[in-house]
Amino acid sequence: MSKKPQLDEETGVHTTGHAWDGIKELNNPLPRWWVWTWLVCIIWGFGYMVVYPSWPLITSYVKGTADYSQRRTVMKEMADIKASRAPMVAKLLAANLQEIQNTPALQEFAMAGGRAAFGDNCAGCHGISASGAKGYPDLNDDDWLWGGTLELIHETITVGVRSIHEDTRINDMPAFLDDELLSKQEIGQVVTLVMSFSDPKITAPKGADVLFEDNCASCHGTDGKGSTELGSPNLTDVKWLYGGDHASLTETISHSRKGVMPSWHGRLSPAAIKGLAVYVHSLGGGQ
Amino acid sequence: MSQTSSSQPLPPMISKTAQWLTSLALALGALITIYILAKTTSTPFKFHMIIMLIAFLAGIVGIMNMGFYKKGQIEAKPSASGVFYNEGIIKAGVIASLFWGVAGFLAGDTLAWQLAFPALNFDTAWFNFGRLRPLHTSAVIFAFGGNVLMVTSFYAVQRTCKARLAGEIAPWFVFWGYQLFIVLAATGYLLGITQSKEYAEPEWYVDIWLTIVWVAYLFVFVGTLWRRKEPHIYVANWFFLAFIVTVAMLHLINNLAVPISFTHPKSVIIFSGVQDALIQWWYAHNAVGFFLTAGFLGIMYYFIPKRVNRPVYSYRLSIVHFWSLIFLYIWAGPHHLLYTALPDWAQTLGMTFSIMLWMPSWGGMINGLMTLSGAWDKLRTDPVVKMLVASVAFYGMSTFEGPLMAIKAVNGLSHYTDWTVGHVHSGALGWVAFVSFGAIYCLVPWVWGRKDLYSLKLVSLHFWIATLGIILYITSMWASGIMEGMMWRAFDSLGFLQYSFVEIVDKKFYLNALRAVGGLLFVIGSLIMVYNVWRTILGHGDAVPIRYKTAHSDDNDDVADEDKPATKLA
Repeated sequence: MSKKPQLDEETGVHTTGHAWDGIKELNNPLPRWWVWTWLVCIIWGFGYMVVYPSWPLITSYVKGTADYSQRRTVMKEMADIKASRAPMVAKLLAANLQEIQNTPALQEFAMAGGRAAFGDNCAGCHGISASGAKGYPDLNDDDWLWGGTLELIHETITVGVRSIHEDTRINDMPAFLDDELLSKQEIGQVVTLVMSFSDPKITAPKGADVLFEDNCASCHGTDGKGSTELGSPNLTDVKWLYGGDHASLTETISHSRKGVMPSWHGRLSPAAIKGLAVYVHSLGGGQ
Repeated sequence: MSQTSSSQPLPPMISKTAQWLTSLALALGALITIYILAKTTSTPFKFHMIIMLIAFLAGIVGIMNMGFYKKGQIEAKPSASGVFYNEGIIKAGVIASLFWGVAGFLAGDTLAWQLAFPALNFDTAWFNFGRLRPLHTSAVIFAFGGNVLMVTSFYAVQRTCKARLAGEIAPWFVFWGYQLFIVLAATGYLLGITQSKEYAEPEWYVDIWLTIVWVAYLFVFVGTLWRRKEPHIYVANWFFLAFIVTVAMLHLINNLAVPISFTHPKSVIIFSGVQDALIQWWYAHNAVGFFLTAGFLGIMYYFIPKRVNRPVYSYRLSIVHFWSLIFLYIWAGPHHLLYTALPDWAQTLGMTFSIMLWMPSWGGMINGLMTLSGAWDKLRTDPVVKMLVASVAFYGMSTFEGPLMAIKAVNGLSHYTDWTVGHVHSGALGWVAFVSFGAIYCLVPWVWGRKDLYSLKLVSLHFWIATLGIILYITSMWASGIMEGMMWRAFDSLGFLQYSFVEIVDKKFYLNALRAVGGLLFVIGSLIMVYNVWRTILGHGDAVPIRYKTAHSDDNDDVADEDKPATKLA
């Protein structure tokens, strides 16, 4: 409806005279503060464009008076951080693991670097607190598959387990059921025997010790205590990587497990791997 | 303009030719689906073709049935001023909006619980976070938001133009075609069909279908404006039109892709690298700008003055902020790519245009809030007004926070953190959903002919529960976002990063859980709304059915609220 502007009594302002479905419009001016704030924003915006890289041109762009480049800035920041660490990194690389361990300043630096590297690279499997999970060893205890000395930990991190590294650690336990080396019944007997190693209440069935002797002892030893040289777990403690109950052990012996850990050689710097070795060694179980 | 009241109004008729032509087009579509069905080797694609085939065949039956028993006459009652408004489509749109709203909110809260308790992914491909997340975003933005925009724009454009919606088949084609798009998109995500573009995940054939539907939407809207009985076009319609046109442009450009085969759902986007990223964020940013801002401002401009029965605060402000908003918004997309491979100059433009956009965005807030001058008491007495006003307040807050986060120094902290998630949700829950709820609470009694809603007390309850939910949501996300942003950049004295990513994820657990609780409150609020609307439709409580005056009773065009329940007969 085109009509004459009316006076709105509530506000004392005239309407524009338009009306749609009963909706009218007041003829208020633009709020002053709104206009001024907007102007300030616009002036600031164009000011920023003068200082920093802004408008595109045909083959280049307006560079701005500040000569700013984000790429250059980030490269410089990265280089600065690296440079600040460089003297300590050099010392770390020159020292052997034992020396690092025994020099407080180096040890502190290695621990900080190791902790940072652990969180971003290891915690995904071993957990933030390194307590592991099913299939991923607990690094806080003294039960080591491949040895818990500084050097052995360093070696394991470097080459990995079943990794692409040529010197990778491999502990090849057969899948006794799949490979038809033992029958289901025999596996059951061996499982009970293995459980009896750590639980005196369990008595091993007759003949199981012969099966163990023939099939398991070559790696795990006749006493079942395993070997860190072969990477064969100790079966007499109560620590189990894949579970120590009857069902889990049956699964392990029947099908084998074949866990993997990547080789960190080439993915992490030598300094970071050294730091990691010191850090993991310090977690509680280092030998 | 009084020809409508002087001449005898004629009920709308359906054209036989239009019926045959549309059915023929759908039959052609059905043939294409059968062809693909026979040729394709992709099972999910087959499933989609079956859905489309069924939809097309049902469409033909539906269209041929229109006006079948009444010699082409369409069931419609004239309003007091003699206009046969299309209200059937409004009713359908309200119900669809509520349905998709609840579905989308539920999906969102499921995701929130998954983030706090990852075990809730249940190790299935179908319901893991990666597939559910686009389901949530598409359900709330396109299914809920899109249906709300269609229903409110269809209502407002008819009333402010004093004209029936253009076309008889077209609006229903838009409605059902859009629902088909939603079903294809949602089932596609769960089946693993995606082109991996955020907020534009559907593959090429769904994009083509949406394009057809969207063009029909544009025609219906512009056709209704064309038929208008008013000399001017109301501001709400400018916003709706800007939304429809711009979304069409964004959709077409961002989805330019080459299917690997006509019989395979996969396609390859024609852009690559940083160009693709820039196109994608130009699209996504302006989907926010034109879908979630301009479109919903259209809702605000109609429903707030209508509900509080006060004039819009300033016509001049609406002109200036409309044009400046749509001009400036389109430039600001690069602020989503600050500190990336995007060239410095593009980042600068994205940031500075975002700052210049602040006041144009606030123009809408000022006009919305100041429209209440002289009627502030309604904030106390009418919970629907409370909801609408809260939505404008959240709009103001989000459109301040947005430019703030677009400043490079702030973005360096906020980007990739939960702060962004909180920002999105203060806009999505506070502004978009609340203004939608307010509009639906208005529409239901109007179109179903009820004196009032079943219970205003329940509206109030919905308002408070949902508001509490939003506050829990955004405060927990601020806390967690700023915390993780600070932790990510923390260096120790020896030059190593102080925290690893997983440690930070672990620290966010309680805030993630709190966010999920906030989301749950919001879902509960929406269920209260569904109950209230349902009882209103049934005519219970205060929702007493009323009879409208017909065109044949005395009628005066100067009566402002002529088509409203105020004119009921005893």
